[in-house]
Amino acid sequence: MNKIFLSLSLTLIISLGYSQLPNINLKDVNGVTKNLSKFSNNGNPIIISFWATWCKPCKAELNTIAEEYDDWTDETGVKLIAVSIDDARSSTRVEPYINAQGWEYLVLLDPNGDLKRAMNVNNVPHTFLVDGNGKIVWDHNNYSPGDEEELYEELVKISK
Amino acid sequence: MKKIILFFLIFNLSANVFSQETSPGVISGNIQAIGQYYQEDTLINAALPDHLYGFNGFANINFQKGDFRAGIRYESYLNTLEGYPTSFSGTGIGYRYISWQNDNVGVTIGNFYDQFGSGMIFRAYEERQLGIDNSLDGIKLTYEPLKGIYLKGMIGKQRHMFVDGLVNGNGIVRAIDGEFNLNELFEDSSRNSKLKGSIGASFVSKFNDDNKTPIFNLPKNVGSSSIRLNLRYNKIRFNGEYVHKINDPYPDNQNENFNYIYKNGEGLLFNLGYSTKGFAVDFSAKHMDNMLWRSTNVNVGPTDLLIGYLPALTKQHTYNLAATLYPYATNFYGEIAYQADVLFKIPKKTLIGGKYGTSVSINFATDYTPERTFIDDMDGARTSYTTRYFAKSDSLLFQDFNVEIKRKINKKLKLNLNYFNFKFNDDAVKVAGYYKMIYAQILVLDLTYKINRYHSLRFETQGMWTEQDKGNWAFGQIEYTFSPHWYLAILDQYNYGNKNIEKRIHYGLISGGYINGSHRFSLQYGKQRAGVFCVGGVCRAVPASNGLIFSFTSSF
Repeated sequence: MNKIFLSLSLTLIISLGYSQLPNINLKDVNGVTKNLSKFSNNGNPIIISFWATWCKPCKAELNTIAEEYDDWTDETGVKLIAVSIDDARSSTRVEPYINAQGWEYLVLLDPNGDLKRAMNVNNVPHTFLVDGNGKIVWDHNNYSPGDEEELYEELVKISK
Repeated sequence: MKKIILFFLIFNLSANVFSQETSPGVISGNIQAIGQYYQEDTLINAALPDHLYGFNGFANINFQKGDFRAGIRYESYLNTLEGYPTSFSGTGIGYRYISWQNDNVGVTIGNFYDQFGSGMIFRAYEERQLGIDNSLDGIKLTYEPLKGIYLKGMIGKQRHMFVDGLVNGNGIVRAIDGEFNLNELFEDSSRNSKLKGSIGASFVSKFNDDNKTPIFNLPKNVGSSSIRLNLRYNKIRFNGEYVHKINDPYPDNQNENFNYIYKNGEGLLFNLGYSTKGFAVDFSAKHMDNMLWRSTNVNVGPTDLLIGYLPALTKQHTYNLAATLYPYATNFYGEIAYQADVLFKIPKKTLIGGKYGTSVSINFATDYTPERTFIDDMDGARTSYTTRYFAKSDSLLFQDFNVEIKRKINKKLKLNLNYFNFKFNDDAVKVAGYYKMIYAQILVLDLTYKINRYHSLRFETQGMWTEQDKGNWAFGQIEYTFSPHWYLAILDQYNYGNKNIEKRIHYGLISGGYINGSHRFSLQYGKQRAGVFCVGGVCRAVPASNGLIFSFTSSF
């Protein structure tokens, strides 16, 4: 009886360890279609950050991370995907902005809000930390100066 | 013992279904709730509804298992917040769908959102802050027969109102779209090519029998079509789109020149840009004529039952005075508009750039009424007038010149300086209630001081100078944040330049909030000025109010 009990508990534990990113096609700024569920960073963590060209705290967050991004990448192998929710009106501003700022992130466009809805994002900025198994381990719906340090600590935690 | 096993089985199953992280299925969702208590304030002419208390609530619940997804949105308007469409009332389900997606085929049944190209002939979207939700309720198919070919087809009715649940409009919308990514399609021959491109085409038609006029015979089926081209060569990018709509008469009680006219609609949108690390230039041009496109031909609310979306060629501003007093709103009848942007980063460790570099962005946008040659045919064909491509009249609708300079002074201090210069034709745009030309200049100084890892202070001061309308404004805000959980802000807006001395009012507001992961709770108390809230060139007037607002958002 205990064995059944044990195996049942075990399946429960195992089943908790699995998740997946949504099967949704988005284009990058070059017009190349990417599917998030097929995106892999060789088992390294991924940061997914929802932003828009009209969102000041979003840009503050991504510009602050950009200053540290090389170090973060070297230390943890992390890759950041910046998902722009700009609509048809402002999506042409995305590429000029990211180039002028010199961001090295993968930037995806979500003008129709497909990924935003699938990841239950209410408003921007909303940043997710995804571990090497595709599981969301941390998220934060806001940006205040200093929040990036918490993200970094969480990042270091899952990279060990 | 059996009971315990059964319990565990059920627990395990339910955990599998209800937990966010299990393979048999994932349930996730989010919640947004905004409540407002209205107080009397005759000085600012504050909204004071009989019910005293407004509440808008939204909860999305999604289920996903492999390729299968389903979801609902439960909505509550008890009663609708002031400034929101009054056609939203009660509580119930406003959106539900089931979808299935494998590698190259996707099916959605129920409500869905989508857009073709820049959305001029088809955009079904939700802009909750404006109370816009024109989701289609029907069936959508997507198919990718070959890598690089994306086909979509859909049919449905549009969401119109909400009365204890979804209320669709009468019209039927049918839409197809094809997009061909030439580099994905001809992967082998174009792999090393610097030239990249895609072309797309769509056809959208509507059927509606809503005819409230016995005088005119309105077409029951109306079709629109579009073609678009995206090209990229190295760091140069070009997008172009042409849309056309056959005659589609709408009533206009104000202006006989636009009342039930049988003129075809047309639109052209171009965007040309060059960008490299640290520098970008971008230029856009738009010719738009008679492109109002709804699934009904009777008079409805300005943002109701729109099939197409006419993008505004102006920058969306976020600083309070720049965003909500004289914002641009797309003119449905027609516009000739141009916009140019220059963005650059002055390198770090230079005399002008400073230790960390300085970002500069310059934006100029201008928008005119098309030149219309009226032809006297209102007793016959009723095409009313003719236009020529990009031929503008002298009538300026809107002009916006703005500069933003952003600089990190040192490790603790960041500076953001903005200048805006507006010319705003309220005779045509009619959002300020002044009905004449308004010339305004705005200066914004925004400083963020990071005290230490957790604590920061932000100061924001804004000034607006204008001889017209309500005159000069001053704005000040202090915000204190305690990362990652707390914030507190106090702000005041003062209409010190109002010609009417009694209207020189302070609008004071205090707000605070608590954030924990994806949960966010905030409270706000004070006076809110009447303003115009816009997203993407679509605007809604928000009345003045005084009282307490609470809001809660969360996702799971």
